[in-house]
Amino acid sequence: MRGPGMHGGGGGPKGRVPVKLDFGTFRRLLAYIFVPYKVRFVIVVIAILLSSVAGVAGSLFLKVLIDDHITPMVAQGSGASFAPLLRAIGVMASIYLVGIVSTLLYNLLMIEIAQGSLKSIRLKMFIHMQSLPLSYFDRRSHGDVMSLYTNDVDTLRQMVTQSLPHFVNSAATVSAIFLAMIFSSWQLTLVILLTLSIALRLSTMVTGKSGSYFMKQQQVLGKTNGFIEEMIHGQKVIKVFTYEEKAKARFDELNEELYSSAFNAHRFANILMPMMGNIGYIQYVLVAIVGGLLAIHGTGAITLGTIAVFLQLSRNINRPITQMANQLNSVAMALAGTKRIFDLLDQESESDEGLIRLVNMCKDNPDSVQVEKQTGCWGWKDGEKITRLRGVVKLEHVDFSYVEGKQVLHDVTLTADAGKKIALVGATGAGKTTITNLINRFYDIDGGTIHYDGIPIRRIRKADLRRSLGVVLQEVSLFSGTVMENIRYGRLNATDEEVIEAAKLANADYFISHLPEGYQTELRGDGSSLSQGQRQMISIARAIVADPPVLVLDEATSSIDTHTEEIVQKGMDALMEGRTVLVIAHRLSTIHNSDLIIVLENGSIIESGTHDELIARQGQYWRLYTGVFELE
Amino acid sequence: MIPALRKQAVGNRLPTFLTILFVLLEVAMDVTIPYLMANLLDRGISGASMSEIIFWGAILLLCSFVALAFGILSGHFAARASTGFARNVRKSLYHKIQEFSFANLDRLPSSSLVTRLTTDVTNVQMAYQMLTRIAVRSPAMLFFSFFMAYTINASLSLVFLVAIPTLALGLFLLIRAAYPIFTKVFKTYDRLNTVVQENIRSIRVVKSFVREEHEIEKFNGVNTEIYKQFSKAEKIIAFNSPLMQGTMYISILVISYIGAKLITSSSMTTGQLMSFITYTSQILMSLMFLSMVVVMLTISRAAIQRIEEVLREESDITEKADAVTTVKDGSIIFDDVSFSYTNHADKLNLEGITLDIPSGSTVGILGPTGSGKSSLVQLLARLYDVYSGSVKIGGVDVRDYSIKSLRDSVGVVLQKNTLFSGTVAENLRWGNEDASQEELIRVAKIAQAHPFINELEEKYDSVVEQGGTNFSGGQRQRLAIARALLKRPKILILDDSTSAVDTKTEASIRAALKNELKETTKIVIAQRISSVIDADQIIMLENGKIHAVGSHETLLGSCARYQEMYASQMRKEERA
Repeated sequence: MRGPGMHGGGGGPKGRVPVKLDFGTFRRLLAYIFVPYKVRFVIVVIAILLSSVAGVAGSLFLKVLIDDHITPMVAQGSGASFAPLLRAIGVMASIYLVGIVSTLLYNLLMIEIAQGSLKSIRLKMFIHMQSLPLSYFDRRSHGDVMSLYTNDVDTLRQMVTQSLPHFVNSAATVSAIFLAMIFSSWQLTLVILLTLSIALRLSTMVTGKSGSYFMKQQQVLGKTNGFIEEMIHGQKVIKVFTYEEKAKARFDELNEELYSSAFNAHRFANILMPMMGNIGYIQYVLVAIVGGLLAIHGTGAITLGTIAVFLQLSRNINRPITQMANQLNSVAMALAGTKRIFDLLDQESESDEGLIRLVNMCKDNPDSVQVEKQTGCWGWKDGEKITRLRGVVKLEHVDFSYVEGKQVLHDVTLTADAGKKIALVGATGAGKTTITNLINRFYDIDGGTIHYDGIPIRRIRKADLRRSLGVVLQEVSLFSGTVMENIRYGRLNATDEEVIEAAKLANADYFISHLPEGYQTELRGDGSSLSQGQRQMISIARAIVADPPVLVLDEATSSIDTHTEEIVQKGMDALMEGRTVLVIAHRLSTIHNSDLIIVLENGSIIESGTHDELIARQGQYWRLYTGVFELE
Repeated sequence: MIPALRKQAVGNRLPTFLTILFVLLEVAMDVTIPYLMANLLDRGISGASMSEIIFWGAILLLCSFVALAFGILSGHFAARASTGFARNVRKSLYHKIQEFSFANLDRLPSSSLVTRLTTDVTNVQMAYQMLTRIAVRSPAMLFFSFFMAYTINASLSLVFLVAIPTLALGLFLLIRAAYPIFTKVFKTYDRLNTVVQENIRSIRVVKSFVREEHEIEKFNGVNTEIYKQFSKAEKIIAFNSPLMQGTMYISILVISYIGAKLITSSSMTTGQLMSFITYTSQILMSLMFLSMVVVMLTISRAAIQRIEEVLREESDITEKADAVTTVKDGSIIFDDVSFSYTNHADKLNLEGITLDIPSGSTVGILGPTGSGKSSLVQLLARLYDVYSGSVKIGGVDVRDYSIKSLRDSVGVVLQKNTLFSGTVAENLRWGNEDASQEELIRVAKIAQAHPFINELEEKYDSVVEQGGTNFSGGQRQRLAIARALLKRPKILILDDSTSAVDTKTEASIRAALKNELKETTKIVIAQRISSVIDADQIIMLENGKIHAVGSHETLLGSCARYQEMYASQMRKEERA
């Protein structure tokens, strides 16, 4: 029995008419399903064969019933013994039982195989996705990636649980019936072959037509989905600009398109059954006529019983043939979705050739000793050698472009010494955020080198590199869960006290305690239950809990009022002891305490120095800075 | 039960009626045909008469083509009825959602609305098609087949009186067991989607904190739950096949035995027995299909309820019949205004706000996070309504204006700015559809956006990606400001809208606004005193109440908190 389709956001399969079967993908899929479930699979195949044989035997029963029992019994008259009939019925009952048990068995096993395969495919997808570079996510809309887990996995499910077994069952039944037919009468079988070939031709035409409309429907569905998502997420802007009527009009257009392709798709799909039924009746009449001719004027090899059987068989063969035609189409469409899933699995993961690990060291012991627990004192472990982490980050002649041909950073050279506060300043788009993206290898540089404590960052294991860098981003992402869980994300083994302590340092404790359930308040993933400023404070608390040796703040405090910002900064000052900090902000008040200021413009460093040095130079920094004073 | 949804079927009455009509006619044919087949068998084949074979064969063929015609017609109208129904539902849903106020939207999260418009509507469409076809066909088939079987041989048809209720009971028990599990599966699927969505959206955070393993564990937890629940539900449903087959085969065997008895005692012919067996499978198949419909409908119930929920929600913000359509000027009066997001007297976000802002003046609003600054200005555009008191613009209560004319006169640049896929020009024209290119350039210049737009290859025709992600935060803010300016509003509200813009640019924007928009009342919510230092009035908010009001000089002289704030900000600049 079919479950309903569960389609989430994003587009559906795009592309050609789905009548062609993608054998390559199919074989790959089969490997996924077959390999872990070899034994079960074999049992399923045997069970399917048994059940179709039993089904066919059931039809043959009628022949036996009529020829071997009823006709002779009628001839014998009222004295006939019913015992042989009862025996025959007994035999039939056991055949039926075998059929029923086999059907149940393969259904149950198929469910296990399908659901189990889906579970592992979904997991593989997610695990692999986690290893992909950011460029993968940059190039795709969220809805599109999500659609893989919903639309595409769901069509796969329907294919594996229903279409495939039904197809195999139908194919087995058809073959069995066919054999039975040939044994009964090859002449009549020819009639059947004739009508069947016509049926196949017609059904391919019809499913081809409906299939292409279904594809179109999926495309329009994807477009409509995208439109709806965008409009609903931007509802506030729509209201403020009274765009409602225009949005409605644009929606209506898409809705009509969707309606038209859906209507046509279903219109053609609905023709299939009546058409096949009709062909079935024509077949019936032909068999009767030809059979009648042969029986009446023929050799006598064909009896009344034979024709009766044949008629029954011919009715039986139509249903599975129709099934096969139907299922073939859905299998083809599902394979399109499966291909998209395999495309994801084939994407190249982030490269990570680094071997150097980050380890905890003993605070007081100056010697290189690796200690298990969290000491806040770090070191790099290269093979057996351990060196203390100092927190010196050095970029030398770094070039970088997100997209081929559009260079974003030119020959950037800067050194952040241990424990120092470096401010990156410049107009929007100058390259400040880009630099931070490179230090933790979200993207890899095109030219130049980046060294961390003298070690090229490529040599450090990515996970360890990132763990040693705390990053507080401009756009705050929180997860559904409690406030406590969100802050604890910084360090999963942090105790409740440590979390609250971090929140206090970030000055978030006050507002958190005033939330309906305090730290246990459930947050929505889109963070809509908090203001921008509150979210930033949680993000900062999260970084504090992580306790990293190097900290990068990317405009972290721009949505907090200066009053609160000052208090947060006091906490951050204490936190910054012994740590290297890179700060990206527009506000001069944020960077005035920095040990070094780097001025960027169009991806190149144009000035660097301390605040006093730069003011004296009267260059770009001075201009940026005095912009404030001019209006006082 | 589902009144709102049923209304959607109204425009669809004719196709629905025709579908049902043709389905019934199709059934009539499907039921007559086995009867004709019986005659063919008995009189033609058993009677060894070619003429009978051909006669009955011809009638059979005729009927089959008529059945085909009915089948195609019913399929056609069924497609029209169900997809038309879906179209109506989608349209009503979307139009309804567009009418929603912020308060309505706060209650129904956006991702849920998207699912309702797509997944749930598709479910309902399928349910509608099944309802008009199978739910009509099966009972009809059942009834007619039973009737025909009865006319062939009344006593034999008694078998059905046992078979049908048995099957029905079995199916009922299965459905009752499986349904609650299916509902659980839906909810779990939702959770899976949430985990995936959050991971995609927050991939940078996951990578920065190296939380891949943690997230994979989270995912696998839900993944395994789905596996268990879905398997369980599907396995229960799988038992319907032995139930169905068992009933059918037992019935056939019993009928064969009794039939043999009847044939030998000449109360029945072989052909009749054949037909009887055919009717048997038709009856039981119909019951089978009917059970499928019941399952579909019960599963769709959840979808139906979710759609109903949206259609029944009334928009919070409505306008009067005789609404005023002209806004005289940008003067603003807050008369003892209180406001609560949740409409509870004990959870007031704003309390006792009284203000008098003359038209054309500049007002700054300062205050710590969560003090009510954004709430205050959202009342001006009637994005929310007050809890008590009143807000007047141009001397008229905002509730007396038509919503369109009010919002056309109040330009708001929100904290988070959404741009839409399209071109820069298209986005700007949201402020005014008919704006000329010169107008666009004019406002872009004021917002200090023109320089960077001009540097783009396509300039104003440059493409804006979904969400405006191909522009930096500062650029998005400037485009949003320009967009608002295009409205030529009487009141312009800037809600912390220059946070991502550097100080120099921000200063230029302020200067441009001051010079070009002399008649517009400008309300600026800011963090820095420097942003509002030359405002005519500065309002200090704290915990939803007004702490102090006055010009910079007044406050500097009288308000301790203001002095403190100013001093610390100045200190920073001095030290620098």
